[in-house]
Amino acid sequence: MLPIKQDFPIFKNNPDLIYLDSAATSLKPKSVIDALCMYYEKYSANVGRAIYKLSQDATQAYEDSRSAVAEFISADPDEIVFTRNTTESLNLLAYTLGKNIKPGDKIVTSIMEHHSNFVPWQQLAKQKKAQLNIIDIDDEGRLDLSNLQKLITQKTKIVTLTYVSNVLGTINPIASIIKKIKQINPKTTIIIDAAQAVSHIPINVKRLGADFIAFSAHKMFGPTGVGILWGKKEKLINLPPYLFGGEMIEEVNIKNTTFKDPPYKFEAGTPSITEIIVFKQALSYIQKIGFENIQKHEQQVIEYALHTLQKEFKNNIKILGTKNIKQRIGVLTFSFAHYHPHDISQILDEDHICVRSGHHCAMPLHTRLKLPASTRASFHIYNSYEDVDKLVAGLKKVEKILQ
Amino acid sequence: MSSIYHDILLDHYKNPRNFGNLKNANKKTTISNPVCGDKINMMIRLKGGKIKDIKFSGQGCVISTASTSLLTEYIKNKPLTTFCKKVVRDKKTSYMVTLDKDFILELLNIHIGPVRLKCALLPLEALKKLLK
Ligand SMILES: Cc1ncc(COP(=O)(O)O)c(C=O)c1O
Repeated sequence: MLPIKQDFPIFKNNPDLIYLDSAATSLKPKSVIDALCMYYEKYSANVGRAIYKLSQDATQAYEDSRSAVAEFISADPDEIVFTRNTTESLNLLAYTLGKNIKPGDKIVTSIMEHHSNFVPWQQLAKQKKAQLNIIDIDDEGRLDLSNLQKLITQKTKIVTLTYVSNVLGTINPIASIIKKIKQINPKTTIIIDAAQAVSHIPINVKRLGADFIAFSAHKMFGPTGVGILWGKKEKLINLPPYLFGGEMIEEVNIKNTTFKDPPYKFEAGTPSITEIIVFKQALSYIQKIGFENIQKHEQQVIEYALHTLQKEFKNNIKILGTKNIKQRIGVLTFSFAHYHPHDISQILDEDHICVRSGHHCAMPLHTRLKLPASTRASFHIYNSYEDVDKLVAGLKKVEKILQ
Repeated sequence: MSSIYHDILLDHYKNPRNFGNLKNANKKTTISNPVCGDKINMMIRLKGGKIKDIKFSGQGCVISTASTSLLTEYIKNKPLTTFCKKVVRDKKTSYMVTLDKDFILELLNIHIGPVRLKCALLPLEALKKLLK
């Protein structure tokens, strides 16, 4: 077990907090919080515009962060576009790639997507009279790839899939899926939603083989307001701009405008400067702990959680997704007897246990599973066996009150 | 922290009043909250300016179920004018429900956040839809 709680000041201010909602957003370590304050106190200035030293320093720090992100996923700095969040990164793609979608083209996604990787493509398909194909899941909550060979055709322009499901916790075998798709149609653009994966699984974009990946800093111990879009250089070059305005232009005259090269072409307006600069601290924090330790810790906690919940509640609890802990991250979604997820999370909250209830921005998946809603406990490095025990005690209280 | 799940609330959840189907209903509606999958079917028999009978069915959380149970109990057999404003337009009469959020929260006797507020107000929405 990692002795990690002490790195997160929120536990000092809320000693009773049992935080089981890291899939929604992770907590922030002290190094990140301190850096936020430090930026505003020491060199708050806009980036990329002014000659004075303060602005130069900010610009340098901003670009250092870009380099740090690039290094984190084994990419080049000019392949890293800063956006506001995963959702914006994916919408940027739907908007820009969408310009080349023609009636009858095919876009492939899956039933386990977060709405932010589903709705933009559904809407694009509608606008362009393209076809939206949806990969189903099997009984264990894994992508059903049995008809991939049939699904991917010369008409398939875009395949967009999540690396890890935010409901089932399933880790999809993304690298091998990408390889198969590229074998069938090398021209298919492949997008990976890495929002849930990136703080749990080391990502090397060179080995992954995707064309684009999207993720958010706030789910990886970093600040809110920072999204990342990585794209292969030649792919980014070929995309039209998304937002127009300051920062993204090279030259503007009354009749025409020329645009900067990527990534700047996609970064119109003042970005979340502070948050982007500070994001670097979050990456350092992950690197300091190391993915090996993160995964080991998480697997221990999730194994204990799966075991304990099943032992305590038997058939009363139905845990979604695969039981193979090597194929899942610390996201544990369940239904509990006939108790309503809202009541479960409300009663747990009375003991400072934070879980999510609802459809977790994955309504198509819940419809597929014939569940109106579910309860989700998600674990990360600061969670312990004791947190699992508290969850179990909380669920016993739910039984006692609602039975 | 004290529980919002007090005895009266739980009693109305476990033994909801006016639960079931109303065979001779003359107005029916269904309302749902896609966020949590809650669904309420509300049926009334309206006669002589009164809700003579009311029933509801569906599935919901403690708050939405208890809220529906309590509200149906409150309005049953009361003249519509005690909780509605009569609106006549083009010789057609409709009723605008004047009960509000605060009334429901008082009925439930709880303090809740914005997410759960939707659960609590679901039956009121159904009633408004019914009488419109
Ligand atoms: C798999 C997945 N994709 C996308 C998102 C959207 O992330 P954001 O809200 O940061 O845009 C989330 C966040 O919940 C997610 O879990």
